[in-house]
Amino acid sequence: MYSEKVMDHFQNPRNVGEIENASGVGTVGNAKCGDIMRIYFDIDDNQVIQDVKFKTFGCGAAVATSSMATELVKGKTIYEALEVTNKAVMDALDGLPPVKVHCSLLAEEAIHAALWDYAEKNGIVIEGLEKPKSDIGEHEEEEEY
Amino acid sequence: MDKFIYLDHAATTATRPEVVEAMLPYFTDKFGNPSSVYGFSNQSKEAIADARKIIGESLNTDPANIYFTAGGSESDNWALKETARTYANKGKHIITTKIEHHAILHTCEFLEKEGYEVTYVGVDENGIVKMDELKNAIRPDTILISVMFANNEIGSIQPIKEIGAIAKEKGILFHTDAVQAYGQIPIDVEEMNIDMLSASGHKLNGPKGVGFLYIRKGIKIRNLVHGGGQERARRAGTENVPGIVGLGKAVEIAVNTMKEREAYEMELRDYLIERVMAEIPYTRLNGHRTKRLPNNANFSFQFIEGESLLIMLDMAGICGSSGSACTSGSLDPSHVLLAIGLPHEIAHGSLRLTLGHENTKEDIDYVIDNLKRIVERLRNMSPLYEDFIRASKR
Repeated sequence: MYSEKVMDHFQNPRNVGEIENASGVGTVGNAKCGDIMRIYFDIDDNQVIQDVKFKTFGCGAAVATSSMATELVKGKTIYEALEVTNKAVMDALDGLPPVKVHCSLLAEEAIHAALWDYAEKNGIVIEGLEKPKSDIGEHEEEEEY
Repeated sequence: MDKFIYLDHAATTATRPEVVEAMLPYFTDKFGNPSSVYGFSNQSKEAIADARKIIGESLNTDPANIYFTAGGSESDNWALKETARTYANKGKHIITTKIEHHAILHTCEFLEKEGYEVTYVGVDENGIVKMDELKNAIRPDTILISVMFANNEIGSIQPIKEIGAIAKEKGILFHTDAVQAYGQIPIDVEEMNIDMLSASGHKLNGPKGVGFLYIRKGIKIRNLVHGGGQERARRAGTENVPGIVGLGKAVEIAVNTMKEREAYEMELRDYLIERVMAEIPYTRLNGHRTKRLPNNANFSFQFIEGESLLIMLDMAGICGSSGSACTSGSLDPSHVLLAIGLPHEIAHGSLRLTLGHENTKEDIDYVIDNLKRIVERLRNMSPLYEDFIRASKR
């Protein structure tokens, strides 16, 4: 079902974790649909992404696209990161099954959400960056059972 | 990875070697058409009669009430659609449950488009049908009640005898989809007042592509396939002789070994459930603790998603299944897990493990070791778990 690259990134995901006092954090997706991605950026004074970490709740493709997205933006400037599209993530993974394309969209959105958070924290405007569609983050209440 | 532990017996089972052996002559040597006149074909005809007899006896009914089909879904379709069409003059209302297999649910949806009304009765948190809701759903124009014998995902065994008694009292036909239960637990269609029952060969170590519908004598539902006189003209078409022979053999073995298998699988199942519940935190057992199929365990692991779990189990050589949306191709998780009241994100993190007679305690130990490792790994990757830990530290 998945390409070798997807399986590799699922089995050995790059940059899993959290960043304390991150410059920007973006959480996208919806637990109801079974996918949540959170990306952390550590961005230096030159607007270069020095470090990036992610956490993902989701299927194999969701984990792999998160992992690949972090690789693609690491060491890039925020404007270069903004250029990383879902198609770029998919291509880098040698494609995804059609039902999993939304996972790559989620990865793109997660990058944008983290950049948006960074821009807001620093009171700057990143040209070309639109407010992310969904950032559920910690606003959503924990469901108990 | 040499390890291979198959824990998906509710999906399908291996055909037993004895069953394959019984089938083989009917492909090559005894290939005669059962409808032919010459003596050569008699052995095919007799083989079908023998299989029918074994199955009739297994259900405590006359073999003449057993009609061979191509499997469980076909039997379900026949029972529902043709009952609906035959009894449309009497009424157009059908009662079923929210946790049926799609072979029932999608057939009901089809019938709704054809102008029938269907009431989908709910289940309690253990996946057992709500009897008061079922009773209240009965109307003067109700023609059929269809309730599965045991659920395919969470294994919950339904109060079939009670439902049969109600149906009989009200003069409503009662069908049960027994695809998961048949061959696993005893079924007596007389004692339980079952009018129609669907079953499938490949769930009980028989071949795929063969099953049957039991129809109580005197029930005049329309024929499924029009053509020759096979299956008393109700389901025409030259019989799948090797498949029917294999089904008969599989049923014979299933009946003869039922008691010991039940005891063995229940012990393994309980060992699995007890260890998982004790050793993996934030885990829920789905389905009733005791009123469940001897071979079924179904868990929800909070904060993780089922497909990831299945892939990692597969890499460790373990075959299981999940009610996660990602495994169904839709965005919604299993309708069964939602019907028992699970929130979406918990339903997404479900795992079904269904045992077979060939599984051992060593298999289960290996599975638990891997499950602990994998669940922990996925939780460490999960933003939901991160939030949960942060919230609990506050």
